[in-house]
Amino acid sequence: MSRLAPLLGFVLLAALLGFGIWWNSGHDQREVPSPLIDKAAPAFVLPRLDDPAQSVSRASLLGKPYLINVFASWCIACGEEHPVLMTDGKQIGVPLIGYDYKDDPAEAKAWLAEHGNPYDTVIADREGRSAIDFGVYGAPESFLIDAQGVIRYKHIGPLTPEVIASELKPAIDALQREAH
Amino acid sequence: MTPELGQLALILALLLAAAQGVLPILGAWRGNGALMAVARPAAFGQALFVALAFAILVAAFLGHDFSVQYVADNSNLALPWYYRIAAVWGAHEGSMLLWVSILDVWTLALALFGGRLPEVFRARVLGVLGLIAVGFLAFILFTSNPFLRLLPMPPDGGDLNPVLQDPGMTFHPPVIYMGYVGFSVAFAFSIAALLGGELEQAWVRWARPWTNVAWAFLSAGIVAGSWWAYAELGWGGWWFWDPVENASFMPWLVGTALIHAQAVTEKRGSLRAWTILLSIFAFSLSLLGTFLVRSGVLTSVHSFASDPRRGFYILCFLILVVGGSLLLYALRAPKVAGGKAFRPVSRESAILVGNLMLTVAAAMVLLGTLFPLIGDALALGKISVGPPYFGFLFTLLMLPVVLLLPFGPYLRWGKGETPMLKQVLLRAGLAAAACAIVACFLVNGQAKAIAGVAGAVWVGAGVLLYAFKRWREMPRGRRYPAEMAGMLLAHAGVALFLVGVLLSESLSVTRDVRMAPGEHQQIAGYDFRFDGVTETRGPNWRAEQGTVIVSRGGTIVATMHPQKRSYTREQVQTESAIDPGVTRDLYVALGEPMDKQHIEGAWALRLYYKPFIRWLWAGGLLMMLGGFVGACDRRYRQRRAATVVSAAASEPAMPPALEARA
Repeated sequence: MSRLAPLLGFVLLAALLGFGIWWNSGHDQREVPSPLIDKAAPAFVLPRLDDPAQSVSRASLLGKPYLINVFASWCIACGEEHPVLMTDGKQIGVPLIGYDYKDDPAEAKAWLAEHGNPYDTVIADREGRSAIDFGVYGAPESFLIDAQGVIRYKHIGPLTPEVIASELKPAIDALQREAH
Repeated sequence: MTPELGQLALILALLLAAAQGVLPILGAWRGNGALMAVARPAAFGQALFVALAFAILVAAFLGHDFSVQYVADNSNLALPWYYRIAAVWGAHEGSMLLWVSILDVWTLALALFGGRLPEVFRARVLGVLGLIAVGFLAFILFTSNPFLRLLPMPPDGGDLNPVLQDPGMTFHPPVIYMGYVGFSVAFAFSIAALLGGELEQAWVRWARPWTNVAWAFLSAGIVAGSWWAYAELGWGGWWFWDPVENASFMPWLVGTALIHAQAVTEKRGSLRAWTILLSIFAFSLSLLGTFLVRSGVLTSVHSFASDPRRGFYILCFLILVVGGSLLLYALRAPKVAGGKAFRPVSRESAILVGNLMLTVAAAMVLLGTLFPLIGDALALGKISVGPPYFGFLFTLLMLPVVLLLPFGPYLRWGKGETPMLKQVLLRAGLAAAACAIVACFLVNGQAKAIAGVAGAVWVGAGVLLYAFKRWREMPRGRRYPAEMAGMLLAHAGVALFLVGVLLSESLSVTRDVRMAPGEHQQIAGYDFRFDGVTETRGPNWRAEQGTVIVSRGGTIVATMHPQKRSYTREQVQTESAIDPGVTRDLYVALGEPMDKQHIEGAWALRLYYKPFIRWLWAGGLLMMLGGFVGACDRRYRQRRAATVVSAAASEPAMPPALEARA
């Protein structure tokens, strides 16, 4: 029996490796689920980019689901994402909140004027303080927050038509089904 | 046209490898001399065609043949010629071709220098190597063909992964593969022994020099890899317990155990089944390492692009090779515990404890490496274990090894003499304690550093005492046979390694700072002055290059130029600046500019002071040297003639006279 032990150990190992191949064909290795998923979004109060006198807060957005999209005029990947937001992003069915991250307001306004503004509201986080509460790695990044102010989905990196169709849309549809 | 010739050469090599793998083993089984005689010519032919394919790929890189997909992906017109050669193994397809080429180097060496092995045995060994070559050649041809064409041909290619554009990294893959693949020889020997049922010590004696050389190459490869990570990655670390590193470390641990187990089996006839099992494990872990790096099952900071189809193929191959050999082991392993008996205090026992610790350490590394996978399998979520797990358990497991090490040479086979051991304990122990007390004052009570000094002196004193004893007691010329010299060198390497690891880990000073030009920072008595950043260029990169002047007590010690390079495809690579020294390294890495628009302004910099860090690589190199020296022992060459006669006459038995002399 003891001479069969190494073989049995190897069978277990091979099964684990086989599982690994099967599992990885369906999952992206690099995805790290955000610990904030299904937790309340951090409380924030941030001025609007177009009118700093007015502020937007987590409380003022409660009641309706919305998508926060972190962007900045200095961010190259945001430039790639932008056309997608201008087309597919406008049709996702929830308000799009632009989150201008560590940016100069004048440059951000110029950037939106040049490339078009897909956002319903743009808020500015000049110091990036609230972004730390959100666990923002860098721009672009998107958070889907439900009517109760709970983060339901997060995407790191540019939104692409594929990501919107395969991940974001289903997440939004699920929210709307819950609402009914 | 030429790349197609390369592909044709690979196909012919595959066919010849199949002949080399199947016919001699059949011949050995049926006692057919003609079939056995196929082994050598088939091996030569196979190696010739693989070499041809390899040369064609090199030529395609040198001649900028971007109509070949692999060349277009991994080189460009600006890449210097030496990196174009290194680019041959810079990505998956080519590195698999390198794998087979190196397998052929070993096969050829065996076909040429193994001439004194009994013919039946040699036929089986070459056959097993042929079967391994079949597996890899088919893998290349079916899933990873480096000769695929790219149409239309692009005017210029991509780039060699900038991480690999470093002199150290150029040699690292071939050297580490020499080690990995070298274990295939010990593996083939043990499979041949299982097939033949000749479970005497003879095969172990033949396998020993080959195993030593493979282990030495693997040591060198790991040292080179660790050195490269230190110099290139810019984190100042030398080992990260990354899956790719672990993949090379596991075979090394088992290989270390194997070398010692082989000594026991050769000289005393004990632990026979264990030695066979370790030979299988060492090569299986090499294959597993290849699998882990290639399959995409685990990702790593320096892994190559991966593809699940390849992973599936390698898994099937792994099941065939490892599963098959373990099944063979279960069926044919030695039935009774043979060999001479030994007492609890004996060299055998000491080696057995060391073996146990090394294999458990390898299992621990394997478990840690596979942890993320186990987490997924048991639905525990994303979990992984890091340096704290590995570092703690590895230290714990190696502690008994370090403590036992000085006694090893003093212990007799069978039964050790206690008074002698007490003497060693007293002398080496006193030396270690004395140095530890001195160290207490020098390093302000840093426990790790004191432990490093004590451990190193303990091991080093043991080695020196034994070397001195041999010098006194043995006649000139018989004092240090190569096998003994190799052992002493490798064990001395352990002492140097301990100094390097524990002192650099405990006494290093790291500082992340923002520095404007002209500003100073003081670290460990050194003054670092930042003189700003300028632009510079290389053949295929441009870089932001900083200047840091280091001085001590007013005299300038070093002028350092850390760089941040951008290669052709905008890939950024840090080039740390290192001022090496026997007792310390000074290390500067360039971070980010405070203002991207003004690189002449302030920058984030990482400054390190790393005492004695060089000693750990010196220790690794000494271990490597020990492996090579040990393999040169005259015993392996001299006795073979005598062994051949006996083995050819009656395969299973070894004359007792020979056994007794060892």
